[in-house]
Amino acid sequence: MAAQADLSPTSYISHHLTHFKVPFAGGTLNLDTVIMSVVLGVIVLAILSRAARNVTPGVPGKFQAAIELLLDFVEGQVKSVFPGNRGFVGPLALTVFVWVFMMNAMDFLPVDVIALGTHNISDHGFRIVPTADINTTFALALSVFGLMIFYNIKVKGLGGWVHELFCAPFGSNPLLWPFNLAFQFVEYVSKPLSHSLRLYGNMYAGELIFLLLWMWAATGVVGAAIGGVLALGWAIFHILIVILQAFIFMMLTAVYLAMAHEHH
Amino acid sequence: MNINFTLGSQVITFAVFVWFCYKFIWPPLIRAIEDRQKQVAEGLAAAEKGRLELTNAAKRVEQELGGARERALTIVGDAAKRAQQMIEKAKNDAKAEGDREKAAAKAEIEQEVARAKESLREQVAVLAVAGAEKILRREVDAKAHADLLGDLRKQL
Repeated sequence: MAAQADLSPTSYISHHLTHFKVPFAGGTLNLDTVIMSVVLGVIVLAILSRAARNVTPGVPGKFQAAIELLLDFVEGQVKSVFPGNRGFVGPLALTVFVWVFMMNAMDFLPVDVIALGTHNISDHGFRIVPTADINTTFALALSVFGLMIFYNIKVKGLGGWVHELFCAPFGSNPLLWPFNLAFQFVEYVSKPLSHSLRLYGNMYAGELIFLLLWMWAATGVVGAAIGGVLALGWAIFHILIVILQAFIFMMLTAVYLAMAHEHH
Repeated sequence: MNINFTLGSQVITFAVFVWFCYKFIWPPLIRAIEDRQKQVAEGLAAAEKGRLELTNAAKRVEQELGGARERALTIVGDAAKRAQQMIEKAKNDAKAEGDREKAAAKAEIEQEVARAKESLREQVAVLAVAGAEKILRREVDAKAHADLLGDLRKQL
């Protein structure tokens, strides 16, 4: 950001970590997160639906084979943790995986180059990694949480679920009811929290480390060289994190829903 | 880290995406994969069946060939035997025919001989009568001496 050399490190970082906020119905909306997540989701679903439209059970083309590979991978992973009917959990896991992956992958794009374009949209900041926004990861985790409750009630019945809240995991003795309930409460709260914060923390930290390296790169030739090399290393490592976090998010989604189907 | 309306909008977006995937993406793709799995399994089974049938057919061909070879051998053997028989029969026939011809010829010759003897006898009788006539110089009544002549002829 040569044109803004007068910026301090603090303002550089806070500038890049500011959302494009717009007032909405008496509150605020992070329009950058919304736009990026919708655009990325539409892109990836369009690719998948193109494969789904032209799919043939005969000899598959290379594109179809690639998509089937992805589908087979997701299905196999879900199958390993989710024993029941995968009619809904399969597509859910696939959507989570590809969408989160796409959103995570935005971290690869060099922030300052992208900013040259996004500055035309918002002068106050435009963050392109939707999963580095706690709202996105929370939204996903809470949706999964809602499904978890839904499946608990659907599979065990409302009475069965309430019974489980009071009688598992320690036992059905009335003296143990408060402990069971407290345990279950912690479990139910910790699930969406850890689910969302893990992804958010990884992506946010990844973004921040890139920003720190770019700041180093702004100090001069030596800094640029070292910062560039380190950023390259971090970017390569980040490829792993991006895929791994998308995978973990998908797996936890499947695991949580599988746990909702388990009887205690 | 502040929660705002973005959360709700992301929940809705997520729901729409999952619904879309559930409705339009997952079912055709998974169906295609499962159909192919079925096709491949069927193909493998068919190939296995085909291989089995091939083995059976080869076995059957071997049997047929063996049978045919045996039959051919029998036929050749029969033919040889038959030829032998025919030759034998032809030989016998020829021999019988020859014998018969020979016998006929012999009989004819004997007849011929008998006939010649007969005529010779007659001529000898005539000669004898003529001789006797000449000796007696008188005519002998052939009728009166017919018995005599007949006896004479029998003695010849």
